Amino acid sequence: MSFRKVFSLPTLFSMVLFVALLGNQFAQAQNQDTTAVSISAATDTASAAAASPAIPTLISTDVDTTKMSWNLGDGQGNKVEIGKVETDYSAAYKSFAYYSLLFFLFCVFIGIIGKALRAYELTRAIQGKTEGINWNRIQGVLFAFALLVGLYGAYWSYTNQGSMINHTSGSVHGEQIDFMFNVTLVITTVVFVITHILLFGFAYKYIGSNKRKAYYYPHNNALERLWTVVPAIVLTVLVLLGFFTWRGITNISEADQKKALNIEVTGEQFKWTVRYAGADNQTGLRNYKLTTPTNNLGIDFRDQKSWDDKIAGDIVLPVNRSVRFTINSKDILHSFYIPEFRVQMNAVPGMPTYFQFTPKYTTEEMREKTNNPTYEYVLLCAKICGSGHYNMQVKVKVVSEKEYQEWLVQQPLYYNDDVKKEMQMASQKAAAETNKMAFNTK
Amino acid sequence: MASTAIHDTAAHHDHGHHHETFLTKYIFSQDHKMIAKQFLITGIIMGVIAMFFSVLFRLQLGWPDKSFPILETFLGKWAEGGRIKPDFYLALVTIHGTMMVFFVLTAGLSGTFSNLLIPLQLGARDMASPFLNMLSYWFFFLACTIMMGSFFVESGPASAGWTIYPPLSALPKAIAGSGLGMTLWLISMTLFIASSLIGALNYISTVLNMRTKGMDLWRMPLTIWAFFLTAIVGVLSFPVLVSAVVLLIFDRSFGTSFYLSDIVLQGQILPNQGGSPILWQHLFWFLGHPEVYIVLMPALGITSEVIATNSRKPIFGYHAMVYSLIGITVLSFIVWGHHMFVTGMNPFLGGVFMITTLIIAVPSAVKTFNYLATLWRGNIRFTPAMMFAIGLVSFFISGGLTGIFLGNAALDINLHDTYFVVAHFHLVMGSAAIFGMLSGVYHWFPKMFGRMMDEKLGYLHFWLTFIGAYLVFFPMHFMGLDGVPRRYYAFTEFEFMKEWLTVNTFISWAAIIAALAQFAFLYNFFYSMFYGKKASQNPWESNTLEWTTPVEHLHGNWPGEIPTVHRWPYDYSKPGHDKDFIPQTTPFSETMSSNLPHDFEGNVEAEQVQEKWVKENKKPAARQKA
Repeated sequence: MSFRKVFSLPTLFSMVLFVALLGNQFAQAQNQDTTAVSISAATDTASAAAASPAIPTLISTDVDTTKMSWNLGDGQGNKVEIGKVETDYSAAYKSFAYYSLLFFLFCVFIGIIGKALRAYELTRAIQGKTEGINWNRIQGVLFAFALLVGLYGAYWSYTNQGSMINHTSGSVHGEQIDFMFNVTLVITTVVFVITHILLFGFAYKYIGSNKRKAYYYPHNNALERLWTVVPAIVLTVLVLLGFFTWRGITNISEADQKKALNIEVTGEQFKWTVRYAGADNQTGLRNYKLTTPTNNLGIDFRDQKSWDDKIAGDIVLPVNRSVRFTINSKDILHSFYIPEFRVQMNAVPGMPTYFQFTPKYTTEEMREKTNNPTYEYVLLCAKICGSGHYNMQVKVKVVSEKEYQEWLVQQPLYYNDDVKKEMQMASQKAAAETNKMAFNTK
Repeated sequence: MASTAIHDTAAHHDHGHHHETFLTKYIFSQDHKMIAKQFLITGIIMGVIAMFFSVLFRLQLGWPDKSFPILETFLGKWAEGGRIKPDFYLALVTIHGTMMVFFVLTAGLSGTFSNLLIPLQLGARDMASPFLNMLSYWFFFLACTIMMGSFFVESGPASAGWTIYPPLSALPKAIAGSGLGMTLWLISMTLFIASSLIGALNYISTVLNMRTKGMDLWRMPLTIWAFFLTAIVGVLSFPVLVSAVVLLIFDRSFGTSFYLSDIVLQGQILPNQGGSPILWQHLFWFLGHPEVYIVLMPALGITSEVIATNSRKPIFGYHAMVYSLIGITVLSFIVWGHHMFVTGMNPFLGGVFMITTLIIAVPSAVKTFNYLATLWRGNIRFTPAMMFAIGLVSFFISGGLTGIFLGNAALDINLHDTYFVVAHFHLVMGSAAIFGMLSGVYHWFPKMFGRMMDEKLGYLHFWLTFIGAYLVFFPMHFMGLDGVPRRYYAFTEFEFMKEWLTVNTFISWAAIIAALAQFAFLYNFFYSMFYGKKASQNPWESNTLEWTTPVEHLHGNWPGEIPTVHRWPYDYSKPGHDKDFIPQTTPFSETMSSNLPHDFEGNVEAEQVQEKWVKENKKPAARQKA
């Protein structure tokens, strides 16, 4: 097949080298071309830059510079084409070509080693010595080596990266979760270590050779029963522990629900809006159809419960007091996530969700515990919600009851003058419409 | 138990009159072996593309403040100033996930090996419906093309994560990728599901109806059991995703409100009422969870075969392995809610799904222990396929154990949608399942292409990938434990995340090196296809039926009659036999010195014949420890 001639190694090699050299020439040529242009362009853009705000440093080639807002023209109302700048990618192409060539040469180097090994094996075969390189043995030994390195690596990871985690939870239920986690961690680590020792150990110990035969052992039902029942028991323990922990967190009695401080948080692209329930500890009703720029939560202010609702920038919580968050979303799914409290709950448009917990450590106390004087609890979004998903944060401060009350008093009401005005106008408009309807006039 | 095989005669397959054109032989082939190769090569190409995307977004994560001008040449407005835009970052993450889970690990794994091995290992001429088989591949190819096509539309590809939760995926204004790109994703996936369903129905029919004489269900290799059960899971679960997709298409294009309610998007009040995003999640994960077992089970089946063959030992606990697969199959349908612990669904459901999820860990554990027992006292031959199979067991253990954390609803509160989840599924799917696929490629390359792959390159590929994968995914567990969420464009905005920036850089380096290591495989694969050493008929000295076919591909697989099967596929290193393997086609009459009473399955006459022979030859029957 002539197809094979094209694919033959020497042809391929020379083709790649040719392309690489060409690419290098091309990149160099680009560099020379654009230098002259970019000098003049630089002066033009420099003068334009002096008189206008930020000009993008990289002007792409298909931008019509006469239409750009920063193009102030020649001072007499005529537009000037500011430097037909060919964006100078030559450096990028050059380094790309360089790294590609480097990788290619590395591959060639590997190929050379391979050929050398092959040559060695062939000469051994010619000399009649049947033993070439015992690759089988090498791989088995490598597995043993990998076991040691791997176990050490896991240990290193556990200690170095494990220590970067905040092990102290800031909430009461968080401690139960952490206990659950530790139990699971111990069990899984033990299993991880033992099974890997067996796996790589067997791979090493039973390296194949022509001089022996494997042991024909197709099954052992007693063993199967044993290693079905033991994991089942261990998992049952974990399930029961998990189930009761989960129930403790999610199954809050009516009485406890009423005693908790009510706070509502609403997520949207790309921020959280916090609403405190005020003195009556109940947030006012909402209707998304009432959303306006002034009333961005769509609160129905005919509901008296909304009149004492407060706006908050940060979330401030009194320590040791149960707080019940109502979590909403205005547009798409978000997730209300405060890692240090072990709190997460999706924000779903059309369905309020809830999470009730009790903060245990004030921000100050947590700062001492973590040895970090600038430590802050933080709320972040944990459900993909668009381009701003990675930056939806609200600071959460846990303070003493007294500090909390002092802070709360200072927070503004949702039911403010702007809202009242808007309501008045809306009701006037509605009244006018009703009048019109009553008199049947247009 | 006699099989209900369709006995065809040799005369039927005299293809002297069968005119094959280039189109019918290579493009619209209805030969299962060619279709398997088509699936494999397409799967590999999609894998390389999806891996390239992962390198791109790892560039952003590893070096969040650096600009790479070369990116702007290729990506234009999506990487203005040499920095990938947040929208496009999410698009890359979405398509990476979609391609890897569906195109590479479902089509590329199931499609390839089920097609290749089911007829060959069962003793069938071809699949039950070769025409549907061909359609299955072309629907898949079309799906790939449309998915790639979504990169060439102005608003970009789908960007709501591979799980495309509405309302984000239903509202084009919420993110650009939810416009035309999302529509193309939905069309692509519909075609893909059609492809998978056609394939699955074919596999099930072939396994149930077209086994050769003597091939009882309990004599099938574990690979076939795995493919068979995978197909059943697929048939029952993929249609649910179709229904979810249809409802989403309605919400997007026809003004319905299946998933939408009470929405004010960027100041605009939307008219939809009464729907729930949670409905989508239920429908999606009803497929989504079985899907991950569709990805994993073929890999486990391949591993069983490769480990047994290369340890020269029967797979330990063949029946237990089958029952475990069946257990996983059944249980996989009742655990989907563990993806939804923090959605706001009734906490009672959370408790229920936690229980079922932790139960499914039991059959997985049993399989792992059986693999270890197979290696014990084996005579191990480290072919590259064997290396990858051992690597799979390692990743399966590591990834499976972290699943125990996530399956626990209380722990999941803090771990959901964090890097802990990313680490978990990349270990089980992105490492274990891919290793299963690679193991299969190395092992059955001689069968597919009649040539051998280079062994040394295979070793190099294995070690670089194995180490690279652990270096990339192990640290992610700790990131997740510290509360770092997934699908974040950058870690630079939060104080507590800043300490992980250096770890990110390390992971990105490891990922780039591991990605480059795949060139060892790609070169090996494509070069050996043409220039590899010519393979013998049974290079691995394996027992299964596919190695009894001639090296040169034959339409109809066997010249003459299909062989009859007399025994199970795991008679390796049987005491009393001179060689360390006995192919399935060898009758018991030819192996009198190694027959065990157990082999006769209660056939009294056969047992008596054996006893007589043993007495006459004064050889003690091989003592078998029960």
